[in-house]
Amino acid sequence: MKKATHKQALKGLKVLDFTWVVAGPISTKYLGDYGATVIKIESREHPDFLRTSGPFKDHKADPNGTGYFAFFNANKFSMLLKLNHPQGLLIAKKLISWADIVVENYVPGTLEKLGLDYEHMKAINQDIIMISASGQGQIGPYARVPIGGNWLSALTGFFWFSGWPDSGVSQPYGAYSDLISPRFMIVAILAALRYRQKTGKGQYIDFSQFESGIQFLSPAMLDWTANSRDGERIGNAAASSAPHGVFPCLEGRWCALSVSTEDEWTAFCKVIGGARWTKEVKYASLWNRKQNEDELNKLVAQWTIRHTPEQVMLLMQKAGVPAGVVESTKDLCEDPQLKFRNHFWTLDHPVIGPYAHLGQASILKETPAKPRMPAPCLGEHTEYVCRKLLNISDKEFVEYLNGGAFGVL
Amino acid sequence: MEQPLSDIRVLDLTDDKGLLCGRMLADMGADVIKIEKPGGDTVRNTPPFYHDIPDPEKSLFWFAYSLNKRGITLAIDSEDGKAILRDLVRKADILVESFPVGYLKKIGLDYAALKKVNPNLIMASISPFGQTGPYKKFKASDIVGMAMGGYLYLCGDPEKPPVRISVPQAYLHAAAEAAAAVMIALAYRDSSGEGQYIDVSMQQSVVMNTFQAVPFWLIDKKVLERAGPFRVGLSAGTRQRQTWPCKNGQINFVIYGAWGATYDILVQWLEENGINTEDLKRLKADNWDVFNMSQERWEKVEKPIGEFFLKYTKEELSEGGMKRGIPLCPVAAPSEVVNSAQLAATGFWMNVEHNELGTSIKYPGFCYKFSETPCKVWRRAPLIGEHNMEIYHNELGLSVKQIISLKETGVI
Repeated sequence: MKKATHKQALKGLKVLDFTWVVAGPISTKYLGDYGATVIKIESREHPDFLRTSGPFKDHKADPNGTGYFAFFNANKFSMLLKLNHPQGLLIAKKLISWADIVVENYVPGTLEKLGLDYEHMKAINQDIIMISASGQGQIGPYARVPIGGNWLSALTGFFWFSGWPDSGVSQPYGAYSDLISPRFMIVAILAALRYRQKTGKGQYIDFSQFESGIQFLSPAMLDWTANSRDGERIGNAAASSAPHGVFPCLEGRWCALSVSTEDEWTAFCKVIGGARWTKEVKYASLWNRKQNEDELNKLVAQWTIRHTPEQVMLLMQKAGVPAGVVESTKDLCEDPQLKFRNHFWTLDHPVIGPYAHLGQASILKETPAKPRMPAPCLGEHTEYVCRKLLNISDKEFVEYLNGGAFGVL
Repeated sequence: MEQPLSDIRVLDLTDDKGLLCGRMLADMGADVIKIEKPGGDTVRNTPPFYHDIPDPEKSLFWFAYSLNKRGITLAIDSEDGKAILRDLVRKADILVESFPVGYLKKIGLDYAALKKVNPNLIMASISPFGQTGPYKKFKASDIVGMAMGGYLYLCGDPEKPPVRISVPQAYLHAAAEAAAAVMIALAYRDSSGEGQYIDVSMQQSVVMNTFQAVPFWLIDKKVLERAGPFRVGLSAGTRQRQTWPCKNGQINFVIYGAWGATYDILVQWLEENGINTEDLKRLKADNWDVFNMSQERWEKVEKPIGEFFLKYTKEELSEGGMKRGIPLCPVAAPSEVVNSAQLAATGFWMNVEHNELGTSIKYPGFCYKFSETPCKVWRRAPLIGEHNMEIYHNELGLSVKQIISLKETGVI
């Protein structure tokens, strides 16, 4: 076997992880998936929101039995630490000395109150890199309002662009902008790391999720600043495609499809059997199709409703027309392409049992992301981290333990 | 070294599927050269346009995602074009592309071929479904991408079809993913000297947007359905309102965030408005047993909050809320985002000069503030072939005569 299979891009990188909920933990998962050692700091008194969120194994609200937390937290150590306890703080300082990078996404001001802001960390570890990822940045009038991705997605404009012209907004699912932040954070973290390797200088990064979300709406923002236009809800329509949308299929399911070029239109007409209406002048060009789009969509639906979404997808794709099943979570878990590319990593979770953890979206040929450890149980590695990574003696460890440095065990 | 990637050169051969990747690397200081086909790439026809003039030099999509790059034109499918590209690759560190799967191999410019020219090259390919697997040849527009990544299914009102975010998103996820993957590969190259090939799947880049929906299938064999203005998934079987009507629009508020403290402030604010808060207080007294709470009880808690929101405008609610420390967020239009007091305070917006248009345009700024290596605007997005002379003549050393001949034969 080639030794290539053992290579890991970020092996040796030490990450101290003060993140919780979704955006932060996904960013540290990236680092762990590519080989970094990630220590997630937790406490039973203030558990990560995801540890208190379902679905739970056997419907028991157990911080170690939640599938939500497990899905997003493979490849990390979990350590209990009471940061507002003098000995807890002492251990935190040892961790800061150990770390290359600190990632945190607490409400701005939280670490400062504990004496663990960047200036304090820098005094302990001169070239530390720290990124604070918050909802709205570290400065400004609303910086310290506790906020999450749900709210921010409304604030950023994603809700504004979701829905039908004749009704109110249909908010996009979940805490959408939480899933935009992590990739920007990874770029920032690794950029700072590279700069440190070249110059010896660490630095602080103030990261705003509000501002990263806006990057995904930049053209719409420029439409306002350059054209004074606020855009509008257009359902599933698109300016330069018709038909374009999701269409009903058998089994109450849906298929998305879009026809943009004349070649695609010709192929589309052929797939649906060259129905007479397809030859009518009112559908003869993109312009005409846009003018008669509602009628067109109804005619397309009359054809799609007789097929399963898989049939529509396969027939259209074979002819070169972009089409795809509107996949439910069940469909995702059975998707042959995602299976082929091993997108979900089945790992033996100590409480849940064999469980699919989220994988990575890229394949790095020489240094692929690797499932090494299932998501940790709360505090599972407290002792391991103290003894093996921080070289704390047995005697000292017991002292900390009895002194309450780790909080409620 | 001024910025983290100041010594790095990136060749950007992407379209709407990947422009953001090069942009993110350029913001970190990389010299990103966008390579377009002679006459300009078709991505320049992406709306909206400056002053609504459909002109390849006026696409706001192009402006946004090609900021900070240089631009040249090159027909990479011609023999002379291939030779020039190989020359560029020799002096580059990273190449990013988003051609249809198999295209670069067909014209002899796949990773195996380019690696011979530059053994340390990092190359990232962005494609709809990845370079391997049963769907590798499938095409995908934004809506198809959001559908097959599992996100679209969850968006929209229960009684209507799933509905997408109408500003395309799927390939932005893929492009940002490519930037992250390139940085990981670069970290590896810095330590080992080895470059590598990266295969980015748009579909896979979208999947994680489904949050706890996949876990609900894995654990409970329950398919979460779209729920319009409600949140589902906190516990199975119940839903909580998230988008609320107010006097002049809509406001976003989640009753059970992770933060009990803001709840007390809201209760007090309701009381100041003479609203009965008994049910809200009882919920807190019962220790937030949200997992076992019935839908009926949720609605009892929601009713007074809904009444309260209807009394005020979204500006009054969001400002009043934020000042009190409660996250109350308007369903904001771009104009409201641009006028945000918070973004003014962080100095987010930046003016970019467009001399050809005789004006400057206000752009979204950078989402990160680096203490040592702040991001900067180096240049607005390039005009078609703007840096042909600079790169072909000054940097590659082609003679003016050669360049004229390449222009005549349609290579540049």
